[in-house]
Amino acid sequence: MLIGVLALQGAFREHQYLLDKCGVSTRQVRKTSELEGVDALVIPGGESTTMSKLLNGFNLMKPIIDLANQGMPIFGTCAGLIMLAKHIRNSEQETLALMDIDVERNAFGRQVDSFETNLDIPVLGAEPYRAVFIRAPYIIEVSEDVNVLARCADKIVCASQDRFLVAAFHPELTNDLRMHRYFIENIAKQKI
Amino acid sequence: MAETVAEKGTWTVKKGLAEMLKGGVIMDVTTPEQAKIAEDAGACAVMALERVPADIRAAGGVARMADPTIIMRIMDAVTIPVMAKARIGHFVEAQILESLGVDYIDESEVLTPADDQYHIDKHSFKVPFVCGARNLGEALRRIAEGAAMIRTKGEPGTGNVVEAVRHMRMVMGEIRRVQNLPKEEMMSAAKNIGAPYELLLEIASNGKLPVVNFAAGGIATPADAALMMQLGCDGIFVGSGIFKSKDPRSRAKAIVVATTHFNDPKILAEISRDLGEAMPGIEIATIVPEQRMQDRGW
Repeated sequence: MLIGVLALQGAFREHQYLLDKCGVSTRQVRKTSELEGVDALVIPGGESTTMSKLLNGFNLMKPIIDLANQGMPIFGTCAGLIMLAKHIRNSEQETLALMDIDVERNAFGRQVDSFETNLDIPVLGAEPYRAVFIRAPYIIEVSEDVNVLARCADKIVCASQDRFLVAAFHPELTNDLRMHRYFIENIAKQKI
Repeated sequence: MAETVAEKGTWTVKKGLAEMLKGGVIMDVTTPEQAKIAEDAGACAVMALERVPADIRAAGGVARMADPTIIMRIMDAVTIPVMAKARIGHFVEAQILESLGVDYIDESEVLTPADDQYHIDKHSFKVPFVCGARNLGEALRRIAEGAAMIRTKGEPGTGNVVEAVRHMRMVMGEIRRVQNLPKEEMMSAAKNIGAPYELLLEIASNGKLPVVNFAAGGIATPADAALMMQLGCDGIFVGSGIFKSKDPRSRAKAIVVATTHFNDPKILAEISRDLGEAMPGIEIATIVPEQRMQDRGW
């Protein structure tokens, strides 16, 4: 399996490092040509406005949407969650609009309110997951076929819908492989 | 049930924001309008200032933290992170900036130092700090004091990239050297460069700084940004280079693209076209020693 990691900006190397530990091959994706042959895509944490400008500037938006519509699984963290959402509160920011989630950006506050905490993510097992939230968004509303995988202080912070998986926190900033394994085994491998 | 205590201001969280800025461009802005231009161009953060370094250099006198009104208006104007500068050692300016809710504080040599011996104890703050460094010893001293992000000092406000290049090569070269030292030589090496011993051991085994390292000080063109990225930095600060140029909007966009596609000369050629005049530059040798900003800090 070859997993593309969108490398326009943000923590793409950290995702590659964890995916590598999970035993899958990765490729940095900055241009349309680099999407060729990719089985699944990871959209890392970073600045979502920056990513959205660069996606548009290099005409990457449509090819990714087309591949996703043909069945390509995508895992988005933080900015990646925002990029997958169909609706962003108080924002006209362009996204890939692939998941039926309604998202608020910087919803937990500015950097001084960024935090880490132990989360219950039942699909990853009983052991709590150390989640790092950096100026993080959360999901306000989901449609019926979205699975809520975790909440933090009642807010939805992890969810999946068919071949898409999103987290408001940063698995790439930890050494815990469970989130990436879950994406590879339970989502990507089921869909490709 | 997992414990739901939210721990704020931890080292992971402080370092984490810098990780998210990687591969991006942080732009100096002095007004909400400039901040919008930066955000629209794809900046991953802005630095809110009263004056850009080139103007600070021209004005002379004592340069201090910006008026909180300027910083707050910029924070209101954009959704990307907002950084602000405090003087070296001026922990009260830092306290004020933290209370405003800025996302990062730059303890910066661009402003006039408030303490000629000591830097701020950055561990005692919840807000993360970025500090400038010319070499590995300086970088590790700042990290030991709590800096969660490092940048080259370069020579701010000059539009001349040579000093940033020198500082980046210096840090990278020293890291490579440390990796080849036998254990018994490490203590003397730490002493010689004024670096904390434990951090130096960490460098020797990991081969990189424990925090994100950006380039700053003199970057004026997309090619400058790509050069610094190819030399191994994690992202770019552009101070005067954008809003002192003829066409800030196009230049800002081009520098953002250059930082992402730093390894692709075809794209770099394309985006470097028709940008209008860059900021006027200053030859470093013409700056009298007292006016060299990079020599501030200890």
